[in-house]
Amino acid sequence: MKHHSPPSALDARVLPGARRLRPERKIPLAPLSPGPRPEKPLPDPSDWTFELVEQYHEKIRATAQRFALDTYPNQLEVITAEQMMDAYASVGMPVNYRHWSYGKEFIANERSYRRGQMGLAYEIVINSDPCISYLMEENTTAMQALVIAHAAYGHNSFFKGNYLFRLWTDASSIIDYLVYARNYIAECEEKYGMQQVEDTLDSCHALQNYGVDRYHRPSKLSLAEELARRNDRLAYAQTQVNDIWRTLPRRPDRVEDSAEVKRFPPEPQENILYFIEKNAPLLEPWQREVVRIVRKIAQYFYPQRQTQVMNEGWATFWHHALLNALYDEGHLTDGVMIEWLKSHTNVIFQPPVGHPAYGGINPYALGFAMYTDLRRICEHPTDEDREWFPQIAGTPWLPALHHAMRNFKDESFIGQYLSPKVIRDLRLFAILDDEHDEHLRVSAIHDTAGYRHVREALSRQYDLGSREPDIQVLSVDLRGDRALTLRHTRHNNRPLHESAQEVLKHVARLWGFGVNLESVDSYGDVTTHWSVTSSEIERM
Amino acid sequence: MLQQIIDRRLAGKNKSIGNRERFLRRYQGQVREAVRRAIDKRGIREIEQGEDIHLPKRDINEPSFGHGSGGAREIVHPGNKEYVRGDHIERPQGGSGRGSGSGKAGDSGEGEDDFVFHLTKEEFMQIFFDDLALPRLVRSQLVEMPEMKSQRAGYSNSGTPSNLSVIRSMRGAIGRRVAIGAGSRAELTALLAKLAELPEGSVDPAVVLARETLEAQIATLRNRLERIPYLDPIDLRFRNRVRLPIPTAKAVMFCLMDVSGSMDEARKDLSKRFFILLYLFLTRHYEKIDLVFIRHHTQAQEVDEENFFRARETGGTVVSSALVLMDEIITERYSQGDWNIYGAQASDGDNWHHDSGRCRELLTESLLPKCRYFAYVQVAEEEQNLWEEYARLQETERGFAMRKVTDPSQIYPVFRDLFKREEAAA
Repeated sequence: MKHHSPPSALDARVLPGARRLRPERKIPLAPLSPGPRPEKPLPDPSDWTFELVEQYHEKIRATAQRFALDTYPNQLEVITAEQMMDAYASVGMPVNYRHWSYGKEFIANERSYRRGQMGLAYEIVINSDPCISYLMEENTTAMQALVIAHAAYGHNSFFKGNYLFRLWTDASSIIDYLVYARNYIAECEEKYGMQQVEDTLDSCHALQNYGVDRYHRPSKLSLAEELARRNDRLAYAQTQVNDIWRTLPRRPDRVEDSAEVKRFPPEPQENILYFIEKNAPLLEPWQREVVRIVRKIAQYFYPQRQTQVMNEGWATFWHHALLNALYDEGHLTDGVMIEWLKSHTNVIFQPPVGHPAYGGINPYALGFAMYTDLRRICEHPTDEDREWFPQIAGTPWLPALHHAMRNFKDESFIGQYLSPKVIRDLRLFAILDDEHDEHLRVSAIHDTAGYRHVREALSRQYDLGSREPDIQVLSVDLRGDRALTLRHTRHNNRPLHESAQEVLKHVARLWGFGVNLESVDSYGDVTTHWSVTSSEIERM
Repeated sequence: MLQQIIDRRLAGKNKSIGNRERFLRRYQGQVREAVRRAIDKRGIREIEQGEDIHLPKRDINEPSFGHGSGGAREIVHPGNKEYVRGDHIERPQGGSGRGSGSGKAGDSGEGEDDFVFHLTKEEFMQIFFDDLALPRLVRSQLVEMPEMKSQRAGYSNSGTPSNLSVIRSMRGAIGRRVAIGAGSRAELTALLAKLAELPEGSVDPAVVLARETLEAQIATLRNRLERIPYLDPIDLRFRNRVRLPIPTAKAVMFCLMDVSGSMDEARKDLSKRFFILLYLFLTRHYEKIDLVFIRHHTQAQEVDEENFFRARETGGTVVSSALVLMDEIITERYSQGDWNIYGAQASDGDNWHHDSGRCRELLTESLLPKCRYFAYVQVAEEEQNLWEEYARLQETERGFAMRKVTDPSQIYPVFRDLFKREEAAA
């Protein structure tokens, strides 16, 4: 497989710190017009063939182009159900390092699949360049068409267009990096023993949500550079660590100076894994590299965790739009339409609260409803829409949709675009659960008084910052027992889950000395305190 | 834009096998324990199966920071039917509102279910063997299929040149030449006959013309017949060989066990593993295996497997009673000629002291000559007179092995000789 890196990667290297993104494509005001009407629709036997998939793909590609969907080159791969489960197990990636938790995942999936409790997803798509989409062998021709429209054009254009992905992930190098990670971990297992590597990985995994940079962009590196720089980095990191932990007695006249800089780190650090990688005193160089690998991969998935609704909604909206357009132009038979529409209906089904199948809001349903309504607001605005969305009501829908896809994440997308009509259609309502109240309270429903409240509450619900506890590195006791202190700042006074103690053990294993975690309420008072002492680490 | 559609179906399935190994390694304690329980529950004949392993969910949980219950939070739900703003709803039991607020509400209802997975037959046997500390070579002998023998099985039209059957190929070639040439040859005969009817050396132009035509036709036919190849690739026949498992004879395995009061569950478990190992060994070498279970205290009794391992008697021990019964059964049902007889005896060494000498005599005189192999394990440490008497046998008799066993890993050496002979033969 060859990966060519986009020119922006080069630019970033030439101008360090440059934040140049690919220039945005001009979006036409309306879809381009279709080609001539075909004499007869594409054949629709239920068994697909490679030629047939190519024919469907060609039509879908041409249509996607008319709607200005800009994508990475597509690579379609046909796989079996078993391979699909393999892919499931390693977080959807075609390669990954080996770890028992992926084995657990695989066993669980396999079991429920064999028992018929779980259908497999129709597709997996990987944010890489070229963009890899898996087509499952068992799918019918109509389903393959659906998957191509959904994954290869829907998700793919989202990966290429959305600002979070553009800013945080490097599609051209992820596969190479995963290959590197797998080989490196395998080498470590050989050199230092499976148990050692497993322990380190376990501890890193416990912290992987705290291994992402939220505010600045990681540098892009090619695999070769990554390898070349690894050794330098390991050596350098070790000297840095040694410097912080210098144990030589200081000259007496410097005591006052050092008292002034006793606080380390000078500011709280939110990327706990990064902090550990750079500063943990006892980690071996290879362990630092393992921490880095987990951190890098967590960073790669960070945008995906923040764009569930947008991403799935976008892909669903486009498979719906593309396949309908193809039908209107006479390319698809009724049979194909009925088949994919049935799957489509299942995918966007939103069970109401209280329904046995209810498991929270279905991101496909919400996302699809929002993009569809956005188009409606542009094309057929009502007075309500004109009041709520004065900038877009009645404007061309294609640029408006592309703008909404590019420049938001779930939290801001919902905050910006959730319309009263969607709130009414889904009958959304907010429930306030306050520990000071005896009862739960319905704080807003789908009425004029409640629209804004529901919209804000739902937007907050998708804010990673409030979904995950805010825990940062506060300080390290440089002079004393070298203990690391983490601070949890309570949001809405919500406490930490009791598993915190277990996670703290993992932090302590990486740090090598005692670790404290304090939970601070809105008044700045420490309410709860956990700790793992260095003697406990010995016993782990 | 589409580079191509790649068919990955044939490339690497089982990519997760390495992850699965790591998973099993991590939980080997629990897995081992489950295997031990399974061995206890199963019959000797059912040992080679997979097993479902249950792990408590909390054991395999991967911790991460998350919110606990408490504080204030607002959750948006779809599908409102009845509520208006300000309504109060009874707090569901457990106090934690509905779900965890991050779309995982479905999980919380399940409670502390076990995580269940299936250990394959191979994995199960590996762990069983690990306990028994079997050497690698023996493991592979037990796990692999029985030896195969290559046997002639007619002819095939493909094969290696060394297997070419010349006679068969030539016979085929003749047949083909006859068959293909038949039409032309008949025509030739007819033409030759016509030619013979025409007077030779005639000057009648009509006759000359007819002869010339006939001769031309005959030449064409002869030419065609000559062009039929002498030997064609489709004639080739090769000796075909198939691999068949080596035909095996019948064996009977006698399991003798002391069930007197001093045999507790742990000792019985050891004995059972001892029997299982011999049984596995036998299954690789014999197609049909009979199992005979004889338990004894002061009297011996033939029982079925269930009763063999479960029942418990009290009272004294007379080991010879079992040996006598075994001898009787052999005479009655397993006449020496067509049965390979194996004996496996387990006991805690307790015996009525006048009886031990008799046991030795019974073995040397009647049983050992009939048996291919007789193995004895004592599942207790202290040496009593039965051990001493048997120890004298070990020096003189070849097909006899004995061993003290207090841990499953000590069982294998009893059979070492048995397996060693196998290795030498292989």
